[in-house]
Amino acid sequence: MAQQLLEVTDLYTQFFTRDGVVRAVDGVTFEVAAGETLGIVGESGCGKSVTALSLMRLIPQPPGKIVKGKIMFDGADVLKMDDDEVRGIRGNNIAMIFQDPMTSLNPVLTISRQISEALELHLKMDKSEARKRTIELLDLVGIPSAKKRVDDYPHQFSGGMRQRVMIAMALSCNPKLILADEPTTALDVTIQAQILDLLKNLAREFRTAFILITHDLGVVAGMTQRIHVMYGGKIVEKADTAELFANPKMPYTWGLLRSIPRLDERRKAKLVPIEGLPPDLIAPPPGCRFEPRCQYRRDVCREKEPPLEHIPNSKPDHEARCWGTQQGGWLVDTDWHKEVGDMRVIEEIKQEVAQLPPEPKPGDVPPPPAAI
Amino acid sequence: MAVNTPTKPADPDFVRVRSTATIDSGNNLLDVKALKMHFPLTQGIIFQRQVGAVRAVDGIDFFVEKSETLGLVGESGCGKSTTGRAILQLYKPTAGEVKFDGVELTKLGGEQMRKMRRRMQMIFQDPYASLNPRMTVGNIIGEPIEVHNLARGKEKTERVQELLRVVGLNPYFTNRYPHEFSGGQRQRIGIARALAVEPEFIVCDEPISALDVSIQAQVINLLEELQDRFKLTYLFIAHDLSVVRHISDRVAVMYLGKIVELADRVDLYERPLHPYSQALLSAVPIPDPAIESKRKRIILTGDVPSPVNPPSGCRFHTRCWKAQQICSEVDPEFIEHETRHWAACHFPGA
Repeated sequence: MAQQLLEVTDLYTQFFTRDGVVRAVDGVTFEVAAGETLGIVGESGCGKSVTALSLMRLIPQPPGKIVKGKIMFDGADVLKMDDDEVRGIRGNNIAMIFQDPMTSLNPVLTISRQISEALELHLKMDKSEARKRTIELLDLVGIPSAKKRVDDYPHQFSGGMRQRVMIAMALSCNPKLILADEPTTALDVTIQAQILDLLKNLAREFRTAFILITHDLGVVAGMTQRIHVMYGGKIVEKADTAELFANPKMPYTWGLLRSIPRLDERRKAKLVPIEGLPPDLIAPPPGCRFEPRCQYRRDVCREKEPPLEHIPNSKPDHEARCWGTQQGGWLVDTDWHKEVGDMRVIEEIKQEVAQLPPEPKPGDVPPPPAAI
Repeated sequence: MAVNTPTKPADPDFVRVRSTATIDSGNNLLDVKALKMHFPLTQGIIFQRQVGAVRAVDGIDFFVEKSETLGLVGESGCGKSTTGRAILQLYKPTAGEVKFDGVELTKLGGEQMRKMRRRMQMIFQDPYASLNPRMTVGNIIGEPIEVHNLARGKEKTERVQELLRVVGLNPYFTNRYPHEFSGGQRQRIGIARALAVEPEFIVCDEPISALDVSIQAQVINLLEELQDRFKLTYLFIAHDLSVVRHISDRVAVMYLGKIVELADRVDLYERPLHPYSQALLSAVPIPDPAIESKRKRIILTGDVPSPVNPPSGCRFHTRCWKAQQICSEVDPEFIEHETRHWAACHFPGA
């Protein structure tokens, strides 16, 4: 295989809480080539953000811990580095854009201080050089009259502008890889379009690799080359972008695609929701993680967990974690556009969900008032 | 119309006549005319004087017909939630009329308003903040029933259980507390509470924005089922254009306190007249790489201006690629350009 920029092998990140061990990332393997854009899609709590934080070694410890795995970045093992070495990579070779531009900038420092800090630290620039570069960067991400605004504080910027500042900061040291964790979720549609457009152009211009983490299938459709779908701490489907949308092979991906209303839908089609709730990662289902919500489940799904394997009738790099669609499975020929699943199974799932949550113990007391 | 055309086009009444977005067709549940909601900005500690106002809603006209869904879309801060609240008189509107089933709400007293509230309810955005954590589900849903004297005792309990069943929850959950439920289930409780008083009209203020993708569809389907079953009328407020398109019969687009376009769903999404609607629609990503690679995006520059000091003339002119001299001088009227398709723009169309 060609030289990969990032190789993650069998990564397990867990959180040790009072209620038990939360298996947030549970054996994730993937790689990113230089200049490539990879999308990681999933619902909240599926482990996509924790994966990104693990790559940067930013998991708060305790309660979190990277239990097992290997993260090779540019030929070096990130997990074996000491703190100083990690600091040399963080922000320098791998940069991160966070979801919430309102809270991820320091409110008491000017924009110029925040961006030039990294420049002075990593690139050993002196003050005036760093300032010049900061202004260039702000220009690059489209902040009008950057020269004047460089000494402003974050509160003087709007949400979209702050996200631009975050991007400028991420770009400051010419990183090889940028992790963008829901970069547009907190923004309005028109601003989202601006930011996505900017990211796309920057990726093209600087040949930076991106990992775009989002729950919005629409965002990844236009931005990425490959997509990994995550569910319950595991990657459940891997494919290149066109293939994933044209020929998805995992019932969870079908469910996601069927349950979102599309702007270009012709008729008022009925949405087909995924019944039930995302899994509890303290006590995940024993077999396939998606089994309790899957309309196509069979007994084998509850008993054994399917491996992430190449799927017949699909492109060579298309893999999915499903007994049904794998060689000899019962879903190999199913057309997900037409099928809505077994109605009896759907009813069963609805019944089960109606029974949740578990019975309160006798003498259950009202919850303590929320801490303020 | 041609016979009665007044000779002075600048006459404000003339504008009203042409803004037929408010004309009563006899089938309207709600009529909103020239509704304004300004929040004062004050200065000073003891003697507070007003130094300005946030013009959150600044003169909007629309109607909602019986058992239809009117979608209200716009970016954050455009006044869509304020509109919803001002209609239910949760805020006292600064000016304008809100007629519900022929009754003028802004002039009603407290007791009369309470009676009217039984017929109109609200579903809130945040299912975590809108349920009292110290009340059981039974009390949360039962309270409106009691307030409006609809049922008591055993009858009330039965009614609460029936409501839980209607929204797809286990009817024996009445003794549980909100923290025992997931976000989607809490939103169902919020919906059951709104339904408890058998309303005709529900303002849904971003009811699915806080939910996960796979749960959103469950709640959308539930809202649609309930509408068919109870002949409900919805004002559906959201920022997600795909969702609004899915659920609405007609859609109104708001920008900075004004409705810029109002049309039937298909017309608005296929032939948007106002440049802002066009930009908004082109900005929504579509989950299909083949379409995404071919689409042309209209990317608006800049941010939404402040509602304290909105731009002169057309409020959109600072970001509009079609803007001419006239746009910064004259506020365009809200005119019916095609049948049931209103827009406020000097240069409407493609």
